Amino acid sequence: MENAQFWGYRRPDGRVGVRNHVLILPTIVCATQAARQVTELVHGTVTFIHQHGCAQVGVDYEQTFRTYVGMGTNPNVYGVVVMGLGCETHQGRNVAQEIAKSGKPVELVSIQDHGGTLGAIAEAARIATKMVQDASTVMREPFDVSELIVGTECGGSDACSGLSANPAVGYVSDMIVDRGGTVVLAETTELIGAEHLLASRAVNDRVAKRVYEVIEAMEKRAIMMGVDIRTGNPSPGNRKGGLTTLEEKSLGAAAKAGTRPLQELINYAERPTKKGLVWMDTPGHDIEQLTGMVAGGAQIVLFTSGRGTPTGSPIAPVIKIATNTPMFERMRENMDVNAGTIIEGKESLESVGRRIFDELLLTASGKLTKSEILKQHDFGIWRIGPTF
Amino acid sequence: MSPYRFVILNPKDNVATALDFIPAGSVVKITYQNREQDITIKQPIEFGHKFAIVPIKQGEDVLKYGEVIGVASNDIAEGEHVHVHNVEGKRGRGDQKHGKRSILGV
Repeated sequence: MENAQFWGYRRPDGRVGVRNHVLILPTIVCATQAARQVTELVHGTVTFIHQHGCAQVGVDYEQTFRTYVGMGTNPNVYGVVVMGLGCETHQGRNVAQEIAKSGKPVELVSIQDHGGTLGAIAEAARIATKMVQDASTVMREPFDVSELIVGTECGGSDACSGLSANPAVGYVSDMIVDRGGTVVLAETTELIGAEHLLASRAVNDRVAKRVYEVIEAMEKRAIMMGVDIRTGNPSPGNRKGGLTTLEEKSLGAAAKAGTRPLQELINYAERPTKKGLVWMDTPGHDIEQLTGMVAGGAQIVLFTSGRGTPTGSPIAPVIKIATNTPMFERMRENMDVNAGTIIEGKESLESVGRRIFDELLLTASGKLTKSEILKQHDFGIWRIGPTF
Repeated sequence: MSPYRFVILNPKDNVATALDFIPAGSVVKITYQNREQDITIKQPIEFGHKFAIVPIKQGEDVLKYGEVIGVASNDIAEGEHVHVHNVEGKRGRGDQKHGKRSILGV
């Protein structure tokens, strides 16, 4: 096996980042606009707009909290300025304290304590200015692929997804696993109908049982709502691309998982505890899935698409892989790699897989993806119950 | 013989996936369970869409990748377009359980 390394940033907790962002982290919808203003003032900062952080209870409270903390502790982030309002359910102080355990710089600014919007923006910008300069002194060093957690995802699928880009990503998944790295499979909804194939690869009965449990829970949510899941998934674009049922889409989606054993099944936005192939329980919704994987520590994401999507993350590079050449040509400014050559019979699956692996190492070492260049900073947390 | 490309992913499958647009009336040569035969495409098949390579009866499973992708909602003749008009998903079907009523009270 050839030696595979990338150039990354060592963090105080020992994890390795592939980017060096300062994150302005609004823990409540009310602080998102102020956070955005800070990123416009200070070079090298990123943020995300969202609608969460208040009037959430139980599993939703925990999931949102875990997502905020996971975004802050992701090793692609050098330091964090947490911005809160003051009166909200998700107290910025708790999020900041949890992130600080990773040893990275964290500061808290709340709008009610800093003289309103303008005072809070000025204070956060002041703190961020120093953090960005400190971050710029951290140098990249060479690391082994075993330091990577790579998220995998398909969005805007078509009938080619299961024939070209997804099996090619499956080949890359095996390459990463064989080199000691971690690969996250997700989108539980889009594995309905393919669960038996993955359960049979589970390392033990407990993991196999969890596979059937998360699938049943996801399917039950649709059944309880009295709907045909097909009214939302496969989407109109999926159907136009030739996908007829959710089961058909799932069987194509499962090809991303390669052939190695399934080590564990983790909850949304949780960090894997094992190396190798790991399944995170997320919905099929592209942005919610992406957010869960990145909050779970994925430094980089491989994203296949048949219809073409602009999807990106504020803190993690998302390498977008086209399943077919006509779409790659139409959406060149959004797509990074073309796997359509497999459909045209011009290139083997293994050859495309190796190209994707090379792109992964280059991107981990600093090459910008199209979604980063276009500032596609998507963020959304999977909501299970209502707000109150 | 037609120049159109398509793929049958597993010997168990009763559908093929078109890798070119295939016009209605085209004749394609398929291999099904080791037997070669010519079938006539009944409707235009878009790139990525499926056509039946054997007759599929209403209520019979539709197989792709060697796995069940749904059930035929009508009888489907060989060479016919196989899609949402004649195949239903079997999973996540709350509509069959509760009709149009949701338990969420809305």
